[in-house]
Amino acid sequence: MTTDKRLRIGFIPLCDATALIVAVDKGFTAAEGLDVDLVREVSWANIRDKLNIGLFDAAHLIAPIAIASSLGLGHVKVPIVAPFSLGVNGNAITVSPALYASIAAAADGNISDPLVTAKALAKVVATRKQRGQDPLTFGMTFPFSTHNYHLRFWMAAGGVDPDEDVRLVVLPPPYMVESLANRHVDAFCVGAPWNSVAVDLGIGFILHFVSEILPRAAEKVLGFRSRWVRENPELLAALVRAHAKAADFVEDPANRDEVCNILAAPNRIAVSADVLRRTFDGKLKVSPDGAVRSDPNYLLVGRDGAGRPDPAQAAWLYAQMVRWGQAPFSDEMCRAAMAVFRPDLFDAATEAAAGPAPGKIGAFTGPVFDPGDIAGHLASWRIGRVPIG
Amino acid sequence: MDPSFKIVIVDKNPIRAAILEDGLREAGHVQVVHIDETSHLLQRIYTLDPDVILIDLENPSRDVLEQMFQMSRVVKRPIAMFVDQSDRASIEAAVDAGVSAYIVGGLRKERVQNILDLCISRFNAFSRLEGELEKTRSQLEERKVIDRAKGILMKAKNLTEENAYALLRKTAMNENKKIAEVAQAVITASELFK
Repeated sequence: MTTDKRLRIGFIPLCDATALIVAVDKGFTAAEGLDVDLVREVSWANIRDKLNIGLFDAAHLIAPIAIASSLGLGHVKVPIVAPFSLGVNGNAITVSPALYASIAAAADGNISDPLVTAKALAKVVATRKQRGQDPLTFGMTFPFSTHNYHLRFWMAAGGVDPDEDVRLVVLPPPYMVESLANRHVDAFCVGAPWNSVAVDLGIGFILHFVSEILPRAAEKVLGFRSRWVRENPELLAALVRAHAKAADFVEDPANRDEVCNILAAPNRIAVSADVLRRTFDGKLKVSPDGAVRSDPNYLLVGRDGAGRPDPAQAAWLYAQMVRWGQAPFSDEMCRAAMAVFRPDLFDAATEAAAGPAPGKIGAFTGPVFDPGDIAGHLASWRIGRVPIG
Repeated sequence: MDPSFKIVIVDKNPIRAAILEDGLREAGHVQVVHIDETSHLLQRIYTLDPDVILIDLENPSRDVLEQMFQMSRVVKRPIAMFVDQSDRASIEAAVDAGVSAYIVGGLRKERVQNILDLCISRFNAFSRLEGELEKTRSQLEERKVIDRAKGILMKAKNLTEENAYALLRKTAMNENKKIAEVAQAVITASELFK
């Protein structure tokens, strides 16, 4: 298929934009007859607005923004369709050396266990309160972000109320490291490579990979306006195919150096290939003294069915919006949220045989998530903004 | 237009901010504050307590402002985005110009429409100005390159300045290139022969 239409796709410099960047820079989109212009953006609000008004044909989006936009939460209601999942997992929680020391001192058990650290955080918070100190400040990337929900999910399990006991503030990812260095925040949750950058500078400890908190969590999607999808079915299928091929290329360890060099370019992620490589190897330096922690599932780009959007993930994200008071609860809204993730479009474009069922979200605490029982999920937590049942 | 509005401009570009600030003052707004430093942005905005916030789209801190829409104990009053469903044309013009506007509290958007319009026209004027400046700058660069190439030719071929320029121009015409490109080639070649 060929087209004379030039497509504009926006992205934020993060490792989970890799399938998109490689699809374009390695020629997978050109092989599908597509002419794509990648536009690096500085804020999620810009990406959302430019996608909404049609300046972008598609965009690298944090999954909750696609859902919020489709439901009309917090902003203009523009239905978004996500036929490809750009990344599963990839976030980490990084804390300042001072907070790391406090948590380690208060920990009753192994500090690599998220329940142990969450409970230790509750003790640190209580001590600070007694002493009349300012509440701890945690950075995250956007009100409707996985980072916001991951931080909240983790700390609430230990008894910390994210709205009452600490401050959660939005920070653009490239500002996270600087803000930790000059103590505007005590910790942050962000995607790769920013956690590694903080550790390398000696100003942060990676406390947890989010894959330790939720073994499989949808992160970024390739988002389109629903109307664009109706009007351009062939372009959409070609783009999804190019992304699926790019994701396979990214996941082949033999291509890792090449992939990291593509990403390191000044107009892409602009972080050294060595640091980027740790993310894909799943081997991250977690403390300034050089300690390394490994998790093969740190970031999934297409592997194990990660490219195929899973509506159960959308339901989990919607449940977090309800839990923290961002969205009202209704079955109708839940169905609308799930309908943003479109495995059918993925299957049609890639002509893939039905693979094994996607991995469960899982969690270090609480009951197994059932997308058909959001009320049950919400009722199982002590801390939340909306009492259910 | 209501001169009692307090307007905050968040822009790291001092020239563009000054152009916008001037425009707003000319239009009768006396309470205009420019923030060029984005650390502790929300706290500063809460302290200033503005009615309207204008921010340039090159500023990553736009996402920080999005947090104001969330229900939170620090927010004193609800804040709404200026651009909504009915404002398609406005939001397109604003994004195109590179600016975004937020209004605070219950202000009716018709009352701030002219602020946004002014913002868009000033941002566009700034882009034009920047474009012209860039053009002048590159013309000046080209001038310098041509002068150097003329000097090299005058010395190497014992030409007058006029003839050296004529030679550059003729070569450029024959090769269908810009004079500055030929001049650059002369400089590069002469450096290779050094």
